[in-house]
Formats: sequence, structure tokens, C-alpha cells
Amino acid sequence: MPSFPRKWLIVLIVLAVVIPLFHPVLPDTVSDYRLFLVSTMMIAAIAVLGLNLLTGFNGQISLGHGAFYAVGAYTAAVLMDKLDMPYWMTLPLAAGVCFIVGYLFGLPALKLEGHYLALATFALALAVPQILKYKWLEGLTGGVQGIVLSKPEVPFGLPLTEDQWLYYYCLIVMVLLYWAAANILKSRSGRAMMAIRDYHMAADTMGIDTALYKTVTFGISAAYTGIAGALSASAIAFVAPDSFGFFLSIKFLIGLVVGGIGSLAGSVVGGIFYVLVDNSAQALSTFVKNDIGLPFDLSAYTVFGILLIVLIRVMPMGIVGGVYALLRSLRRPAAPADAGHAAPAKPAASRSGN
Amino acid sequence: MKKTNRRTFVAGASAAAVLSGSRVAFAQKKYDDGASDTEIKIGHTNPYSGPASSYGVIGKTIAAYWKSVNEAGGINGRKITFISYDDGYQPPKTVEMVRKLVEEDKVLCTFNTLGTPCNTAIHKYMNQKKVPMLFVATGASKWGDPKNFPWTMGYQPDYHTEGVIYAKHLLANVKDPKIAVLMQNDDYGKDYWIGFKEGLGKDADKVVKHVTYETTDPTVDSQIIQLKDSGANVFFNIAIPKFAAQAMRKAGEIGWKPAIYLNNVSSSVATAMKPAGFENVQGVLTAQYLMDPTDKQWDGNPDMKMWVAWMNKSNPGASLQDASNVFAYSVSFLMHKTLEKCGDNLTRENVMRQAANHQKLKVPLCLPGITVSTSPTDYYPIQAVQLARFKGESWELFGDIMHAESS
Repeated sequence: MPSFPRKWLIVLIVLAVVIPLFHPVLPDTVSDYRLFLVSTMMIAAIAVLGLNLLTGFNGQISLGHGAFYAVGAYTAAVLMDKLDMPYWMTLPLAAGVCFIVGYLFGLPALKLEGHYLALATFALALAVPQILKYKWLEGLTGGVQGIVLSKPEVPFGLPLTEDQWLYYYCLIVMVLLYWAAANILKSRSGRAMMAIRDYHMAADTMGIDTALYKTVTFGISAAYTGIAGALSASAIAFVAPDSFGFFLSIKFLIGLVVGGIGSLAGSVVGGIFYVLVDNSAQALSTFVKNDIGLPFDLSAYTVFGILLIVLIRVMPMGIVGGVYALLRSLRRPAAPADAGHAAPAKPAASRSGN
Repeated sequence: MKKTNRRTFVAGASAAAVLSGSRVAFAQKKYDDGASDTEIKIGHTNPYSGPASSYGVIGKTIAAYWKSVNEAGGINGRKITFISYDDGYQPPKTVEMVRKLVEEDKVLCTFNTLGTPCNTAIHKYMNQKKVPMLFVATGASKWGDPKNFPWTMGYQPDYHTEGVIYAKHLLANVKDPKIAVLMQNDDYGKDYWIGFKEGLGKDADKVVKHVTYETTDPTVDSQIIQLKDSGANVFFNIAIPKFAAQAMRKAGEIGWKPAIYLNNVSSSVATAMKPAGFENVQGVLTAQYLMDPTDKQWDGNPDMKMWVAWMNKSNPGASLQDASNVFAYSVSFLMHKTLEKCGDNLTRENVMRQAANHQKLKVPLCLPGITVSTSPTDYYPIQAVQLARFKGESWELFGDIMHAESS
């Protein structure tokens, strides 16, 4: 998958920083609610980014990233609730806890390949909400009642609303994590990760410590998703086992596949896509029923499912992959000489869709 | 001090009359977000999908209720716009959806949002925004707290109080009780259990066995065998209909015959008592506040006749067996009356004031004698229940209506 052009990245970041400042001019377009929604998109994007490091760049499948998300959220919540820790300090700690959990889980996972690993992580996703309810942990986790938190307060007396601050907070964290992931992937370790994905045995023969790389990747991936969980605990200001059902893990996987496996930009697109469609699927199904007048009483999930099928049929490499393919096919007949100039050839770490 | 002569008195009185008159004129039409001359917007969340989607019928029946209200001309000439979103019983989703209702759709109030964790997630937010969060659909006991959360009100008798009632009845009626408890391992089960223990007080050690199950378990057979082996002669059944029925059937099959107390959640004849086998559930005790549509004793009742007629006309396709539809109808009626009382003063403050100002309001489908009363310090609309014993194929009410104050 080609990497995302840097100048566009900078334009996007600048836009993301500037847009909330239009609130006084366009109060309805840049409302607090919408910023909150974008914040949840960024949180989902970080979680998908974590999963992408594991699945997209290291070739290990996980159906259980909802579990790490939950662990991150609960770590943050317990620290804020019991130790009165400021919300921003919980992020590195949640990342640390999740790294350790992920690393430890990665050890036995070494022996499991493909489907078996998917099943093992599936079990993890099912177990974690039950563990959170367990009576020995109840004093800490609040059991089924969960923990009620406060929203992050605006620091330094900045003239922002709570939601605007939350937006910037998530944006800062996402940009940092994106940058870190891009750097990891560009480094020697990143190439090792991808080599393992592409041909495990060959990577082994080349002298890559595959066991170490696989477990550490598992840890890093879990840490990313854990940070997203910790952010969500701050954003929603409430955690409960019901928030981390099995469907959450599937949600990350959908975001990953839709955005583009093995593409950092795709993770962000996937996170945005998921929140957007999840929120508008119901509106779409009532629209089909009431406004178009079709006699279907479609549930929101049916609409969601149909959309997914169509998307995967049209863009089998995810949205980002599809957009690149489109750009390429547009560019090739028009100005073949320009192509090399516009996109300087990189040692493309792409793999064809399989 | 100067004596008030007649003229100054008249002048003063007429000035007061003018002032109060003008205030009435102002009060005549006052609106907050979500209300206008032509419509009132009400928000709602409900799990139409996901593990708790069996509650989805509540949202559909409420929607049918408002549709029939609109067809009859609305409330004080205003149409009800009822906006209901699916939250899949996931608290983060509830937060998103309720924020959408309040900030984008600009509803006047929310109504009957469902689920204890879901409502917990929006509790603080709604009170910060000062938007009425009325008649929430959960049996937890924390919703009637006007001092800390003046914008939130519950509806049904809470599980905690019900647990206390069973414990008191048991201590008074069962000689030398040895109690076995089956509990669903979640907030609903725990609320009952805590209330029950509180009701037992110093006799809490009479509980000889306490076992739990998860909603994902296939059966509770092994739990019932454990309970029987404990030698208990009282069985407190805190389970949703499917498991409550399994439990009572199994108890009958293995020849365990304790005094059974069944939580109200599973008192439906069609979904719990019949599947358990009528021969296994004779003499079972429960507490009720609503009429069970599958209980034959209500067949001739005017409320029930009216409800059946309404269901057939306005909510076709919905189950006449499902007690959720009775619940949805009765709670919608209370919301209807509350908005009606607001008149033309449709501010959030007034909605809350009127919600906390019902005196002995007769709500259809509540048991005879059970009414809704609220006040600025009493945010529990229904607090009364009546005990019932299962006999033949229906419930037989006995004793007085009990008004239990929640602790």
C-alpha cells in the first residue's frame, strides 16, 4: 500500500486544528455535538490503527481487540476514580498495562497461527466483560454498575468548551500515535514486522527473531488500542462491562477492512467510516421506509450489512486502497510521464490483495 | 404606620391584578427547545438490536401510542414528534444518541430511555443540561433522587423495594425458613438481592445457599440441584422469564417443593408460568403493580378491554401476550398526562414541575387501587405493589396494597 503523501497529511492536520475555531461563525455546523462525534471517530481510528499494526503489518489476526480497549478504559477509569489521577496521566499508564497484557497474551499466541489465533483472541473478547464483573474485582471495577467519571476539564484557562478541548486532546494523541506508527514502520523493526507477515519462514532464515517481533507487535498493538480505550473512558465519562461487548471487536475489524488493511491512513478512514455509518444506518433505514416509500422494514444492521457488502465488492482493498486504484487509473492514460514525478517511487511495502 | 384607606387599597389591588394578569399572559405560551405552537419533540433510546433487543417492542408500542395521540388531535393542539434511536444497550452509544437528541434534534425532554447502565451513562449529562429525563425504564432504585438529580425521574416500583417486601412477608409467614436464592449476575439481580438482604435484617444468615447464572447460560438445572441439596424450604427466584420458568420446572421435576417467591419481572403467565408447567407453580408468590395481559382474571376488566382494542387498532402485529406492551402503554399514558398538564407553558422547568405534581393519578392497566403520586421530594411515581399467589392458571391478589418507601 503506498504511503500517504506528506503534504496532504499536513493540510489535513491544519484543517483539523482550524475548523473548531469557526464555532462562533457557524455554530450549527461546528456544534459541540459534532466535535464530540469527531472525537469518537478519532478514538475509533486509534483503536483500528492498533489493530492494523498487528493484522495489517504483522499478519496476526485478532478478533479480540475489544478486550484491550476495555482494559485500557478500565485502567484509566480506576486510576481516575480511586487515585484521583488527572486524566492525561492515565494514557501512558493504560498504554503500559495494555502493552504488558498484550505481550503476555502474545507469548502463547506464538504457537497459534491463523484461525487458531483468531479463536483464542475471540475467547479473550468474550471473557473480559465477565472478568470485569467478577466479585473479587468488584471493589475496583464497580461490577456491573461500572464507574461514573468526570469529563476532562479545559486546562490553562483556555477559552474552549469541554467538547472542543476533548477534540483537541484526541487530535493531539492521534497525531502523535500516527507519527509514532509511521516511524516504527519505516524503521528496521517495521521492515522486520512486514517481512514476517509476507513470508514467515524466509524472515526466520534471514535472522529475524520472529518470536520477539511477534510478541512485541502484539504488545504495541494492544497498547494503541488501550490508549483509545482510555480516551473513550474520558470522553464518555462512564465505563461498564456492557460498553465492551463482543461486537466492539468486530467493529474494529470492520473499520480495519473497510479503511484498508496495511495502510495507516486507512485506519483513520476506517475509524471515521465506522462511527459515521453506525450512526446514520438507522436514519438511512427510516429514510428508505418513510421517504422513498419502499415497503421494507430494514433494521439498521441490515442497512449496515448491505453497505459493507457493496463496499467490499467495489473496493476490495478498502477505501484507501480503492481511492489509490482510482487515482492510478485516472492518471495513467492522462499523463503517464507525470506519474513518476507526482509520486516519487518508494520501496513500496505493498502486498497485493489476497 | 399609615392606615390604608380604601382608595389606596383598591389601587394596590388593581395593580396587583394587572401584574398577575400580565404574568398569566406571559405564562400562556412559553417554550423551550423542542416545543412550539404545533409540536412537542420527545426523545427516546431503546435497544432495537443487540443482546437486549427483546425490549425493542417497548419502543415500538410507545411510538404507536404517540401516533394514535396525534391522530386524535395531539396534546393541547400540538402534535408529538417522537424520535427514537437504537442504542443496542451499549452505554457509549446511548451517550452519542442522547447528545444527538438534545443538541441536534433539540427535544424538549427524553422519555423512558431504557436500561440501567445506559441511563447511568447519561444521568449526569442530562442534569447538567437541565433537560427532563422522565420515567426511565429501569428498576434500579437510584432514579428518585431529586436533591442531586432534579431532572431525572423513574417510573416503576424499584427492585430494591420489592426485595424488601418479599423478605418481610417470608419472615412473617414461613416457619423456620432456610432460604435458597437464584440470582441473575447483573445489576438487576443485585438490586433485588441487596433489598432482600436488607429486608431480612438480622435474619440474613437464614440464606443457606446463593447461586448465580449468566444470561448466556443455556440452563440453570445445575444451580437448582445445588439449591435443593442445601435443604432449603424457601426459594427466592431472581431471574428473567426464560430462566425463572426453567428453574421452577426443574424444581418440580426433582421433587423440591419450597415456598417460591418469584420476582415481578417474570410474573407473566404466558412467558414464565405456563412454560414452567402449571402443576409446578401452584402457590408461587409474587408482587404486582400492572395487570398481566395473559392472566384470565382481567379479561372483563374495562382497562384491559380498552388496551386490547387499542392494540388491535393502533399497534397491529404486536403481541397481546407480552407484558412489555402493557408497560409501554401505561408509562406513555403518564407522559401524556404530564404534557397535558403543562398546558401552553412548555418549558423544561414546567415539564419537570408537572411531572412531580401528580396526585393519585389513575393510570390505566395498573392494578385496581394503585395510583401515581409524585411531589418535588418524591420522584418515585409508582411505589405500591400487591402480593399475588398463583392458583390454577392465574394470579390471585391478596392482602393490602403495600406502599413501600424506598430507602
